[in-house]
Amino acid sequence: MDDNKLVEFLNAPLHVINVGLEGFAEELDAQGVPVVQVDWSPPAGGDPELAALLAKLGA
Amino acid sequence: MEAIEQANRAAVGRMLEADPVLIDVVPACEAIPALADGRKILHAGPPIEWDRMCGPMRGAIAGIAVFEGWSAGLDEATAMAAEGAFEFHPNHHFGAVGPMTGMTTRSQPVMVVENRTFANRAYCTVNEGLGKVMRFGGNDAQVLKRLAWLRDVAGPLLAKALRECGGIPLKSLIARGLSMGDEMHQRNVACSGLLLRELAPALARTSQDVQLLAELLSFMGGNDQFFLNVGMATGKAIMDPVRGIECSSIVTAMSRNGTDFGIRVSGTGDTWFIAPVEMPEGLYFPGFTETDSNPDMGDSTIVETIGLGGFAMGAAPAVAGFVGAGAASEAGNYTRAMTEIGYGENPEWTIPALDYLGVPTGIDIRLVVETGIAPTINTGIAHKEPGIGQIGAGVVRAPMDCFKQALRAFADEMGVSGQ
Repeated sequence: MDDNKLVEFLNAPLHVINVGLEGFAEELDAQGVPVVQVDWSPPAGGDPELAALLAKLGA
Repeated sequence: MEAIEQANRAAVGRMLEADPVLIDVVPACEAIPALADGRKILHAGPPIEWDRMCGPMRGAIAGIAVFEGWSAGLDEATAMAAEGAFEFHPNHHFGAVGPMTGMTTRSQPVMVVENRTFANRAYCTVNEGLGKVMRFGGNDAQVLKRLAWLRDVAGPLLAKALRECGGIPLKSLIARGLSMGDEMHQRNVACSGLLLRELAPALARTSQDVQLLAELLSFMGGNDQFFLNVGMATGKAIMDPVRGIECSSIVTAMSRNGTDFGIRVSGTGDTWFIAPVEMPEGLYFPGFTETDSNPDMGDSTIVETIGLGGFAMGAAPAVAGFVGAGAASEAGNYTRAMTEIGYGENPEWTIPALDYLGVPTGIDIRLVVETGIAPTINTGIAHKEPGIGQIGAGVVRAPMDCFKQALRAFADEMGVSGQ
């Protein structure tokens, strides 16, 4: 991305999709930035053993 | 895994093909011959012994022992229970289910629901009404008198009417109830009314005594939860043919005894996966608070297992307020969340307010563990002390640990390791 495009990008209105932790979305929302929150968490709450089982069991 | 997909399609197929019909009311020892001998008490939830039972369960056991004539009074019954004078077994081990404490003993009348597709039967006692009742741990003279009336008057009258009319098909009745605002756990107003409407002509034709008939009609008409026990027997009759399907990860039972929460999964047979039961969050009747409440209890989660109750919250916005689950407009969110853990939807049990979304059907333990979304359960709340009864209603989640244990056992059954 050249400098002009970067400046253009930074000056354009932000369109934000936040995945996971809601705190980031709340901060942006508090500053008036439109943000879409996607409710997501790692499979099996991040437990590697259960996630491996789920991968093999085809969840 | 294709084997799991095939097994789960078969499991959910059996749920959808079920044809539950309320056909009779009989003494429990007739439906469950094992109850005829000895002092057997069937209770809600997975297996538990006296020393780990909660207050209302102990209260109900003392009460039912007096009711059956095994003890002269509540104190003697409690002492006998502690000394091992009674045998305790889960309802689920005998084709039965019971709400809250779930007492089922030899002389109580049980409603018989037959699943005509698979020729199996399930049983549940007759609902006692609200307030101080045995299912919430009530055990005083008034509670025992009502149980005697159910045994001596209501049960026989209902039996005659059901036999005369050939039974009441329940699948279509529940479909109509969903369209009238019931979710079949904490709201049964519509289904109770529809059942009464279906039964009334046969009751009139078969009752010899107008005064007794009037008593029964008044009791049923004044009990908005009358259908709960019918819905529970329906759930058991639907889910029993789903047990033991090799490679299926579908939940066949969820149940709690006030101390433990247990689930069973089709592909792991009749093993219970058990974790400490959680405390409902809800609204309390005047004079009571959460410090008075007992943890979650009852076999009634069989209705969530078939996609009703908390899974059908979107059909019953009035319930969201009653159980403290938020605004009526939020009721649909509960059902939508449950679609994340349901293997399919029921095209015959739909929710008009959600554009005729079918209720989420077939809880898949893989989806529960993957998403971290535990089944939502609508429930009554009992006082933690014996003998007091219901003090509120609320919402509770099934403990995630039951599903994690079940997933590990299921993986083992499938020859899969997490390494």
